[in-house]
Amino acid sequence: MNSLIPLLVAAPLAGAALLLLGGRRLDRSGPWLGTLAAALSFAFGLALFLDMLGRSGEERALHQRLFSWIPVNGFQADVSFQLDQLSIVFVLLITGVGTLIHLYSVGYMAHDERRRRFFGYLNLFLAAMLLLVLADNYLLLYVGWEGVGLASYLLIGFWQHKPSAATAAKKAFIVNRVGDMGLSIAIMLMFTEFGSFAFGPILGSEGTAGGAQQAGEGKLTAIGLLLLLAACGKSAQVPLQSWLGDAMEGPTPVSALIHAATMVTAGVYLITRSGAIFNLAPDAQTAVVAVGAVTLLFGAIVGCAKDDIKKALAGSTMSQIGYMVLAAGLGPIGYAFAIMHLVTHGFFKAGLFLGAGSVMHGMDDEVNMRHYGALRKYMPVTFVTFGLGYLAIIGFPGLSGFFSKDKIIEAAFARGGTEGWILGLCALTGAAVTAFYMTRVMLLTFFGEKRWQPDPETGEEPHPHESPSTMTVPMIVLAIGSVFAGGLFTLNSSFLKWLEPVTGHAEGNSPLQPLTVTLLTTVCMLAGVGLAYLMYGRSPVPVTPPVGSPLTRAARRDLLQDDFNHAVLVRPGSGLTASLVYLDSKGLDGFVNGLAATIGGISGRLRRIQTGFARSYALSMFGGALLLAATTLLMRSV
Amino acid sequence: MNPVNYLYLAALLFTIGASGVLIRRNAIVLFMCVELMLNASNLALVTFSRMHGNLDGQIIAFFTMVVAAAEVVVGLAIIVSIFRTRHSASVDDSNLMKL
Amino acid sequence: MSYLLTATCAVPAAGAVLTAALPAGSSQGRRRTTKGIALAVSAATLALTAAVAAGFEPGGARYQLTESHSWIRSFGINFSLGVDGISAVLALLTAVLVPIVMLASWHDADPIRNPDGTFENVRRTQGFFALVLAVEAMVLVSFLATDIFVFYVFFEAMLIPMYFLIGGFGDRAGGPDSGAQRSYAAVKFLLYNLLGGLVMLAAVIGLYVIAQNQGQATFDLPTLTGAIADGKLVIDPTAEKVLFLGFFFAFAVKAPLWPLHTWLPNAMGEATAGTAVLITAVVDKVGTFAMLRFCLGLFPGASRTFGPYILVLSLIGIVYGALLAIGQKDIKRLVAYASISHFGFIIMGIFAFTSQGQTGATLYMVNHGISTAAWMLVAGFLISRRGSRLISDFGGVQKVAPVLAGTFLIGGLATLSLPGMAPFVSEFLVLVGTFSKYPVIGIAATFGIVLAALYALLLYQRTMTGPVKAGIEGMADLKVRELLVVAPLVALTLFLGVYPKPLTDLVNPAVDATLSQVHQTDPAPAHPVAATTGGEHK
Repeated sequence: MNSLIPLLVAAPLAGAALLLLGGRRLDRSGPWLGTLAAALSFAFGLALFLDMLGRSGEERALHQRLFSWIPVNGFQADVSFQLDQLSIVFVLLITGVGTLIHLYSVGYMAHDERRRRFFGYLNLFLAAMLLLVLADNYLLLYVGWEGVGLASYLLIGFWQHKPSAATAAKKAFIVNRVGDMGLSIAIMLMFTEFGSFAFGPILGSEGTAGGAQQAGEGKLTAIGLLLLLAACGKSAQVPLQSWLGDAMEGPTPVSALIHAATMVTAGVYLITRSGAIFNLAPDAQTAVVAVGAVTLLFGAIVGCAKDDIKKALAGSTMSQIGYMVLAAGLGPIGYAFAIMHLVTHGFFKAGLFLGAGSVMHGMDDEVNMRHYGALRKYMPVTFVTFGLGYLAIIGFPGLSGFFSKDKIIEAAFARGGTEGWILGLCALTGAAVTAFYMTRVMLLTFFGEKRWQPDPETGEEPHPHESPSTMTVPMIVLAIGSVFAGGLFTLNSSFLKWLEPVTGHAEGNSPLQPLTVTLLTTVCMLAGVGLAYLMYGRSPVPVTPPVGSPLTRAARRDLLQDDFNHAVLVRPGSGLTASLVYLDSKGLDGFVNGLAATIGGISGRLRRIQTGFARSYALSMFGGALLLAATTLLMRSV
Repeated sequence: MNPVNYLYLAALLFTIGASGVLIRRNAIVLFMCVELMLNASNLALVTFSRMHGNLDGQIIAFFTMVVAAAEVVVGLAIIVSIFRTRHSASVDDSNLMKL
Repeated sequence: MSYLLTATCAVPAAGAVLTAALPAGSSQGRRRTTKGIALAVSAATLALTAAVAAGFEPGGARYQLTESHSWIRSFGINFSLGVDGISAVLALLTAVLVPIVMLASWHDADPIRNPDGTFENVRRTQGFFALVLAVEAMVLVSFLATDIFVFYVFFEAMLIPMYFLIGGFGDRAGGPDSGAQRSYAAVKFLLYNLLGGLVMLAAVIGLYVIAQNQGQATFDLPTLTGAIADGKLVIDPTAEKVLFLGFFFAFAVKAPLWPLHTWLPNAMGEATAGTAVLITAVVDKVGTFAMLRFCLGLFPGASRTFGPYILVLSLIGIVYGALLAIGQKDIKRLVAYASISHFGFIIMGIFAFTSQGQTGATLYMVNHGISTAAWMLVAGFLISRRGSRLISDFGGVQKVAPVLAGTFLIGGLATLSLPGMAPFVSEFLVLVGTFSKYPVIGIAATFGIVLAALYALLLYQRTMTGPVKAGIEGMADLKVRELLVVAPLVALTLFLGVYPKPLTDLVNPAVDATLSQVHQTDPAPAHPVAATTGGEHK
């Protein structure tokens, strides 16, 4: 079975190579080839999963060492894979949702002339993401980590002729690079501390303690904070969150796969995987929960104010990942629930994005929700699947989101003390706001009067229609997942037990009964839904947005994050480069040129002595000879 | 005869040649003065050779004669071509040896 | 004694003479013959270099395939050559890049056609290709020389063909005063490097005098380093410092290290793209290589003393070069400043005195050569199509020439050290090697990776994306010849990023030997654990 693991990565990688190098011949078959590669990878993943099910808990992890990558004395990096219970969850999520979204893209991108390349990039993304979750050391993980960043860059900027898309792509890559800096310094620190950066030796496995046990808390805290920085970049957490909203410039399937279901959750994976380090560094954990709590509110507030359907969903993604980070920061109480929410979120958020894409497809790429309305009659399948996703995300009892989010809120209270109360209340508030903004999206899009606007160029009104079956089938599958996954995972605590050998588990001591938490959550959710209905459901929605309160205006501008970055980083930075360019040419180079000019001037003066008359030269030679002779005589006499 | 006398003669010839180079304007005369200086030094070299009883000085004198011959060839050619273009053999009429 | 190394250097030298002597003419056929012969010679050199690298035993003696021919006996100067792991990979880099540069510059040196149909400068083609081969021969001797005097002579002599390459051949993008700009750049290149060489000459003579006084009248590098290591040759610490600085100054000018870098942007900006690649990817590497081989081996004490200061300079170079690259308006100058940033990394790796740092630095020399060649040569194709070097004259190229844009992006991604590509391996090794001894400098240098992303992606965004600008509409995509130039570079970048082991196997023993010369070892981890997870090896 071991030899199947590299094939998981190899299948989409080969697909990417084939599609990107294949040339025009593959223009027609390309989309299906790409989908096939993704499906193949999913099949391998499924086979490995079934095989793993057949073994007992301790024997489930598989290792496969391919070759020595960078061997330099003590520094030994291998291309080597590890497939354990945590990785297989990700493998199935990535390849499963990935295959569905490939399929969806066949329909969605049918009219794009560069679709062969689009599928090549998607396959490249799958390969990189699988490498990320299958790596057995941090350096190989880093390759996948930046690889998904590259795929994200290519896909956000897929419509490169739009300057906004190109800018958004570059921004995403660079903000991510700031986070990557954290990861690379963390790896260096691990190397100097342990002489290794492989998971097994540092983190230990079940029963055997890793090197992290011996290291000092200070070092572990530093490593933890650096890993958190990396996670903030990739998972769009405060303060490196600003790229996610802009990333919605990419085609919608990309937003669904990369910027909702898989890549942005890599930070949660990193923190959970490094649990052994965080468990021993309480200060780093506190930082993680703080980041998670702040982001879950930040994203939720931004989501409330956006009129662009994809940007509203992006705010929601940020907020939901905030939940996961919060849970992961709680330590063994929360790891399994973070991953569980990650998986259910993968289903419903991907479904919501695909639904949004379907709506845009029908509405001639209109993204402004104020120009939608009453679409439920025109796009019934989209409406139902989107609606199920909606119910799942707000935590409607019985659906996926209900189970996973409820557990996280419970775990937040279980942290205990004042901290527990603060975190729990943040999470509860977040649940209410989530219900509010998602209801708003739902009402603006599918209910109310139609507010469709004619195309400014052609003057035609859009003719909304249901999308082709390549698009609706994935939406239906994801909707089924959004409904049942949570319940299935919670049944018998099966998900918890599955992950326990890797992440460990601890029960906290919650000041509230689980039932109380569930009730409170449901009440908050209903309050959010109700408020949204009062504001958007009862009266017609204006086509042009009202001015709104200062908070609304700030939230529309992403709570001024870009203005902040611009004022603090971009403007001083460009001033610095401009002044350095000036300094280099006028200062350093000016010094050199000045020196050259001085020497040139002196020689110009000296040149005047050269008259060109042979006899004056002869005279000076004669004088010189006399001088020499005199000196020689004088020296000899002394 | 005392070889030192030959050195006096060489010094005298050299001085005559040097002052000729500095004072006279005519290129041909200048040229002959240079030859005079070269031959004065040749005389001195041969004398030294005789005084020290080895052949070094004589060998160097041969070198000098070769150089002088080469100089005559090049120098006369230059003087002739300058005279042809400028119709003057005075060295103060041309100051081409500068940038 | 084998003559393989002499042959390796002599083939391009003979090729240069032959190419220069070929009959000139404006006809297509004659030019093609010239180019074909030059390309064949460079291919033969590549084959010989590959034979050298294949014949090198990583576990064997430090210098292999050694040969020595008496040259100036009274000064103990021999024409002696020898190869170690570091010089093997660098010679290989040179031999790989030269044919690629020739292919990329195929039409750069064609005679200039006057409006009346006649041709000016009919010997241009012969001159260009002969000069390139001459540079290759001299660089190869510099890499392979084990005699300090021989090294010095060729280190200096390569300035002459480089001077003519920079001053004599420009790209189509030059403005009306391009001739003046070019000769300014060429003279600046020459003066800077001559000054460095002059200081080094004094140091070479000083070293010889000291060695002669202690009965070691030789320029032979292994003899001298051996004598220094055994204590047979003792250099007074002050004299050692002065001599070290003398050698280092020359190499730092050539490398170039901040603040001695200002000649590079001019030279790379004004020269043709091919020549710019020769400068940054081949000739400059002699400087960093010589730091590793001569400064460290001959002056271990002074190297340790000055190491931290040099680290700070290289750190400044990394950040400064990257910031200036961000602010450039000219594509080629941007690449030049990016190179300055990368040379900072190379020098940092050398003077961090860890095996990771130095192996990383050596790999960095190779990888930077390959990746910058890819980036610069594609930029050259781009510039020759538009006739401008200004970034603002481009926009939307990916729409009309997607393959060109794609390869340009790959070059940029390699430059920003994307994992999976070769430069990542070396950059990470340098960073980790520096960090393990100097954590603060290591962390500060890591900012370079963010800045690198900025300049590389900004350049791509400004030139390739967005709406198609005027003057870009009809731009042709890469031709077959141009694809042949780019494809091997891209393939090498990817291969060495995934499987750099062939190179590390060659380099590691040489780096260990160098480190033991300076009496340095890698710091031990605080809480050592097994380096890898283990598991079965497939």
